[in-house]
Amino acid sequence: MRKEIPQFIVLIAGVFMAMQFFVPHSYSQFLYRYALDWLIIIGIFALALAVWSFIRVSYEKIQRKADNWPYAVVSLAGLFTMVFAGLWFMGGLESYLYRHFFSFIMIPIQSTMYALLAFFIASAAYRAFRARSLLATVLLLAALVVMLRFNPFLGPLGEPIARLADWILNYPNLAAKRAIAMGIGLGIVATALKVILGIERGYMGKD
Amino acid sequence: MKRTMIALLLMAALTAAIGRAQENPAVDPVPAASPPAPPTNVVAADSPDDPGRSVTVRWQVSADDGAGMNNVIQYKVFRGEAAGGPFVERGVAPSRATVYVDKGTEAPNDPNFFPNNTDLFYKVAAVNVAGETAESEVAGPVQAREQWYNVGRTPTFIAVIVFTAFTLYFIARARKKADLYIRPLAGIEAVDEAIGRATEMGRPMLYVFGLGTASDIATIASVTILSRVAKKVAEYQTELIVPCYDPIVMTIAQETVKTAYYDAGRPDAYKEDSVYFVTQSQFAYVAAVNGTILRELPATNFYLGKFFAESLLLAETGALAGSIQISGTDEVAQIPFFVVACDYTLIGEELYAASAYLGREPKLMGSLKAQDYAKAIIIICAVAGVAASLFGWTWFVELFRVTN
Repeated sequence: MRKEIPQFIVLIAGVFMAMQFFVPHSYSQFLYRYALDWLIIIGIFALALAVWSFIRVSYEKIQRKADNWPYAVVSLAGLFTMVFAGLWFMGGLESYLYRHFFSFIMIPIQSTMYALLAFFIASAAYRAFRARSLLATVLLLAALVVMLRFNPFLGPLGEPIARLADWILNYPNLAAKRAIAMGIGLGIVATALKVILGIERGYMGKD
Repeated sequence: MKRTMIALLLMAALTAAIGRAQENPAVDPVPAASPPAPPTNVVAADSPDDPGRSVTVRWQVSADDGAGMNNVIQYKVFRGEAAGGPFVERGVAPSRATVYVDKGTEAPNDPNFFPNNTDLFYKVAAVNVAGETAESEVAGPVQAREQWYNVGRTPTFIAVIVFTAFTLYFIARARKKADLYIRPLAGIEAVDEAIGRATEMGRPMLYVFGLGTASDIATIASVTILSRVAKKVAEYQTELIVPCYDPIVMTIAQETVKTAYYDAGRPDAYKEDSVYFVTQSQFAYVAAVNGTILRELPATNFYLGKFFAESLLLAETGALAGSIQISGTDEVAQIPFFVVACDYTLIGEELYAASAYLGREPKLMGSLKAQDYAKAIIIICAVAGVAASLFGWTWFVELFRVTN
């Protein structure tokens, strides 16, 4: 029964969620919204578990004096400081402290992480654009054409290169993307079917 | 002399008047001699394929729309519950428009409430520059009704039925005859090698789901792969690290890994802290996972699930740390980043097939065969569509059109 009951729930919920896509009736819409509300409720409980998991993992690292344990202290300090700054007697989420922590610590740090992407793109491009084989050479040439499209110093060559770059993006590139998207669509339906029919039960921890 | 003076004064006054007139030409509003011609042939019908609360109103434009002194600038759409009114303005359509979809809510107290199964009447008024209006004849009665089936999605419905039939057929066939050939995937073949490498090096393995939630099929596929990877990890007695972005995914992953260790006969080796929550902030998550990669130096990194801008940040850091990296995502825009930064990449649908490859169960392999046949049908339809377009057979293309 430990396996059958969850499988039955998955079957009913899965068939309903698939069918509701084709049924615009208000009963169907109501049940769909109801199911989404349940997802939110489960998410809230799971968030409590998740925060507890984070605190426990960090605390144990500190207690064991594991490698790099000071990072765990910083993580816990960050968590509790933000919670404290957002409490009602501090002014809630609109409090001076909370807004300043958010705007002048969180946002700049996140922007910095995002900015690293520029450097990583450069290093990844260096590896990808080495002409080691015929396919790699084709990739290199295609990438050069697409990048040159935005070069303002090409003079009379600018227009034909822009046309070639547009052709690469709109035909071979788009065709490949659509082929991948179709495969993904089929894969999604196949996986959903396997889960609904109980053929795939790995998500329950069982093969 | 006197006459000459009078003539000069008159000329000066006339010249001044003309000059002033040229400096400030009079802006006479275009006089609307009469209201514009009203729109004609107004028809109101229930909007199709919806849960009601909507009526589509169509009309033919006013004779004064687009030309003349009474140029129509917009159409006002009115609704009433009786042919004689009163009518309430429901919305405005621009000039040259011939359709307006009147929608509302189901909440009776909402000012925008739209009743279902109630007789409604519509009229459309043409409005000219001067603000004069001319109303059409009243159209109706019409009732907004909710439908049980979305006709516009019939092609999708047929495709789902056909594909489901394929899948069930091939699963049944695979159960009887278990020698279905499927082409090998390098990324999947490398899983055993990657786990073995981690064991030999005495380093952990990192498994990342990305930013997907539990309702993403990519995440569900990734969980099934984690289940099989965790079982092998338990058998090889290697350490597994699973930092999670989504709380629900974390609880599912914890249960999955725990059960995999039980199934492998190594419940004692399962560490509760191996699957843990980090944060729901995208770049804070990246920072935490990158920190883990650089501190723990995992031998193998799995990036399987839904990834966005963090894909390259994670994969490049893993490459710097010298880990073997196996990735897979259904986010088409992120696939190139994984291809350049990882050793093996599962492209698109291969992510969904990975579980079947790892499990090697006939019934799972059957679903892969169904996908192959479905792809063959799509290719045939695409070629037929190109031919139909060349010959002008639009009916063939229309067969596949999905609306709403």
